Parts: sequence; C-alpha cells; structure tokens
Amino acid sequence: MSAVAVNRKSEVLYTILSWSVVPLLIFLTLILLYQHVMLPIAPGSMEENILGSRQIGFQNVLSEVLEHLRLILISTLLAIATGVPAGILISRPEFRDFAGLTLSVANFGQAVPSIAILALFMGVFGLGATTAIFALWLCALLPIIRNTATGLDGVPADIIEAATGMGMTRTQILLKIELPLAFPVIFAGVRTATVINVGTAAMGAFIGAGGLGNFIVTGIALRRESMVLVGAVITATIAVLGDWLLGKIQNHLMASRRRLA
Amino acid sequence: MIKFENVTKIYPGLAKPAVDSLSFTVPSGEICTLVGPSGCGKTTTLKMVNRLIEPTQGAIYVPNGNGDLVNVMEVNPIQLRRKIGYVIQQIGLFPHWTIFENIATVPRLLGWDNDRIRRRAEELLEMMNMSPEYMDRYPHELSGGQRQRIGVARALAVDPPIMLMDEPFGAIDPINRNLLQNEFLRLQKEMKKTVLFVTHDIDEAIKMSDRICIMNVGGRLEQYDTPAAILSNPANEFVENFVGADRALKQLNLIRVEEIMDTAPVLLQLDQPAAEAWALLRERELRSAFVVGPDGRLRGYVVRRELRDKTGTVGDYFTRADMGIEISTTLRDALSEMLAMDYNTVCIVDNHNRVQGMLSIEMIQKKIAESNVNGDDQENGA
Repeated sequence: MSAVAVNRKSEVLYTILSWSVVPLLIFLTLILLYQHVMLPIAPGSMEENILGSRQIGFQNVLSEVLEHLRLILISTLLAIATGVPAGILISRPEFRDFAGLTLSVANFGQAVPSIAILALFMGVFGLGATTAIFALWLCALLPIIRNTATGLDGVPADIIEAATGMGMTRTQILLKIELPLAFPVIFAGVRTATVINVGTAAMGAFIGAGGLGNFIVTGIALRRESMVLVGAVITATIAVLGDWLLGKIQNHLMASRRRLA
Repeated sequence: MIKFENVTKIYPGLAKPAVDSLSFTVPSGEICTLVGPSGCGKTTTLKMVNRLIEPTQGAIYVPNGNGDLVNVMEVNPIQLRRKIGYVIQQIGLFPHWTIFENIATVPRLLGWDNDRIRRRAEELLEMMNMSPEYMDRYPHELSGGQRQRIGVARALAVDPPIMLMDEPFGAIDPINRNLLQNEFLRLQKEMKKTVLFVTHDIDEAIKMSDRICIMNVGGRLEQYDTPAAILSNPANEFVENFVGADRALKQLNLIRVEEIMDTAPVLLQLDQPAAEAWALLRERELRSAFVVGPDGRLRGYVVRRELRDKTGTVGDYFTRADMGIEISTTLRDALSEMLAMDYNTVCIVDNHNRVQGMLSIEMIQKKIAESNVNGDDQENGA
C-alpha cells in the first residue's frame, strides 16, 4: 500500500515539475529582463531620452513579438500545407523515384544558411515580410517532408495489406490508417521546423520584415546592449517555450503510440 | 465455390512463372488448403482471388450475390474484397483502433448502422469465446492467440461466403495453434464457408482440409485430392516425399476409433459367476475380457486362466485397470497410447467411462492395409 502511495506521490510530483519548471524559468527570465533592462530606460526614467529607448517600450515590444509570431505561424503553416502533401506523395509507390530529388531540394533550404537565402530571394521578392516568410518556409520544409515520408514508410506493411485486402480504397487507407499511425513522427518534424523558424525569423529584420530581430539589428547599429538583450532574450524565450509546449504535445502522442505498438 | 481455370502468374522481369496454369475447383462449404515448399506460389495463388495480385493468364471465378460464378477480373476489386474474408499471418490489426473498431472495419465500409455493427461484434466475440469486455481494448492489450481470434472475427464480420487465410496460425505457439485450429473447425461446421487456406505445414493441411492442393516450386499443381487420398495414394514422388515417410501414421490422424472399433465386444459383469464367465470365454476362444460394473462403466479386465475351476464371481478375480480410450480419439493417438502402455487391446469408452467398444492393434493394422489396397486399386484404375 505504502509503495503504491509513494509511487503515486512521486508521479504527481513529476507531473507538477514537468509542467512548472520551464514556465517558471521563463517567467523569471522575463522578470529579470524587465527589471534590469527595460525599467531603467522606461519613459520617465533618467535615460528616457537616450537614443532608441522609446523603441523598447511595452507597446512596441508586444507588437514586435506579435509580428515575430505572425512570421513563424504563417511560414510554418505554409510548410505544413506543402511539406505534408509532398511527404505523402514521395512515399507513394508511383512517386517514390522522386523522393531523392524532393529531399535534395528541401535539403537546400537547410544546408544554405538562412541569411544567405534571405539575401538570395531579396532580389526576387524585394524587402519585407514576403521574402522572410518565403525563406522561413524553405527552412521549415525539409524536416516536415522528411518526417512525413519516414512516418508513412514506418507503417507496417502487414497493416496496409490487411486494409487493402478488406477492401479499403487507397484514400481510406491513407486517411484512416497511415496518417493516424504516422502522426507522431510527422508532428516531431513540425516541432523541429517551428523551433528552427523562431530563431531564423529574427534574421528577417535584415530585410525589413519586422519581428524581434529589429531590436537586435537596431541595437547593434546603435550600440545599445539593452536593446539587443530585449530582442535576443525574448526570441530565445519564445523558442524554448514553443519547443516545450510542442514537446509536451508530442510526448502525449508518443505515449498513445507506445500504447499501440 | 472458387474455380481456378488455367491460372498463370508471371511476375514482370522473371522468366519462370510463379503460378503455372493452375486449374482446380474448391466446392462450396469446404476448406481447401494450398500447401507446398516456399516459392511454390501458394500465397500468390491465394492473393489472386481477391486481386491483391492479378493473374497474367487464365481466370478465377467466385460466386456473386446471386450465387452465379463471375470472373474476379470483371468485378471492381474494392467491392470484391469487401465480400471476401481475409486473414493473414501477421494478423494486421489496426493498432490505433479498439477491437470493436477493428471488427467494424468492413461493416462500416459497407455502411451498416452502428447498432447492427455492435450486435454483430458481440456475436463474433462470443463465437471466438471472448468476453464482450474486450470490445473497447486495444490490440496490444491482447495475447497473440486472442489477436488472431480477432483477426478471424474481423474477416467474418459481414459473413462473407468465401474466406482467404494466409498461414493464419503460423505465428502462434503450438499449443494455441492447436486450440485455434480446433475452434476454427468447430465454427466451420456451422458456418460452411468456402475457405482457401495457405500453409507450409502438411500436418496442419491434413487436419484442416476437406481437400489439399499440393504445389511444387514454379507454381505447379502436383496433386489435388482429399487428405485421405493424398496420404494413401500420393500421385508422384514429390507428393510422397512432401507428405513424409510417416504417411501411414498420418493417415491414422484422419480416422477416429469409433469408425473401426468392435462395437459388440464380450463383456463380463462384476457379479457374474466365475465358472459361467470362464465357459463363455472358452467358447469365444478369448484369453481375457473387459469387466464392467452394473452401471456399464469400465472396471478392469480378467484373464481366462484366473477363472478356471473357481467359485465366486468375476469381481473376485478381475484386475482393476483404467484401459479406456475416448471414443472420439484419433487412431494415431490411440495407437500411441497402446504402444506406450504395452496393451494389445483397449476398451473404448464414452466421456462417462461407459464401454462403447473394443479396439486391438490388429484392427488398426487391418485398416491401414485396407486403405493402401484401395489406393493401389485407384492407381491401377487410372
């Protein structure tokens, strides 16, 4: 009885810890950032009039955070919307020959530094958010395509054979059997892509796309460390928080998959 | 009924056919086993029935809804497969679906309503000797044997007239395999499905089949006949080697003791006078006889010599012995028992130990001799 109780106690403790440690650390980081970086230069303080101070007011930071999230969200959703179908396609027997080609194109997005992609496509799409979203989309594509194809290939052949033999159409097999079984692996790809994009999105500032990168770029130009700090710390915070949240969801999915294996 | 007409399958890029102009007919309600060494095309043959593989030449006919035979190549493959039960060795249950959802696969494809599916699923679980509480479990929570039962239940869901079974019990341990085989045979007695069954195990084929189709490498049909005929009269050397040197013993698997036992043996009663019993045995020229109680149950045996010039009853001189063999035992098991116990003669009893007959080793030998004579006759006739 006591063993069970102890077990349950440690389980509860583990659950509480796993749900609270990361948010708590992030909360502390943001408090510190506010206290030591933003407060001293806030309107009304002594340094109020120093160059760039106005930019790191609360309103401004919030709007850049939202812009940053918008870049990530749009590019990741686009990457899912194109990467998952592409991954499905190259795992079909008819298109398997294109798997190598598709993956090497997607590999391009990963292998070429994101700053170079931005520079390359600036010539095509000009300055602004469109170019940034395109570059982010390209960076996010590979993990999603690759994981979709891997996940689908991992569905045991006998399960597909049983489904075919019972008279399911190929679409039914894909939607009801293959995708649900591959979902945890596909999701892991989306997680990787999202985390990559949070960091890469900061580069968008170089081509005027907005986002938290603005603070970093301007801060460096103006030699304002506090400004660089605001941009860098909040970007890192979003990356950690996003990774943690998606990781939680993924663990949940993996747990249900283990249940299935 | 499943009819193969000159069916040939040549895989692209291969010179030799995997299945070579195969022609045979599986009568309705019978289990036909495709058996042969690996590479003999037995699985290919099976998969051509539901068009998972398409024949290069020839035609396969199955009954349509009205019972008329139709060429499978003229039926939409999706519709065809939904009306043919399919069981594979790896079972292939969908791991993300509950047992109920797995069983519901084909009924849902055919648009059954949920109440009807649930009733059918309950019925199927009962048929498989599984409690309805399994309905909401997931496949990984079941043992291998239980999973294969669900695999069979899923294939039976819409009560298809034809079942294709590809080594369905191959991955199951011997004890459970035996159990599953017996369960399936019991079900088949009521269901009367037309079953095409693939195995590489000749013993399983002999046990399960009404007819056996023995195939050789290259997809050639070597012999298509009943198990008894194949054992007593193998068509050629390949079949003879394939069924094994112990085919006479295997034949004994097909016969139950009740078919050849002496149903009216001499029996002595416990309270019979010894002198009368001795006289009876001498008259029948028997050296011993079984002794039964007033309830007809077997008690033991008595030797004639022990009764000579004795007073009293048989009960005073008999030897207590449990020499009963159940009436539904196969001849092979009975013989094995007799050899192990060193008995020439055993008493055949029902499940209440009441005497039903008598079996001797000579009777078994005679039976083997007879079936081999029949076999030779057929050979001469052909």
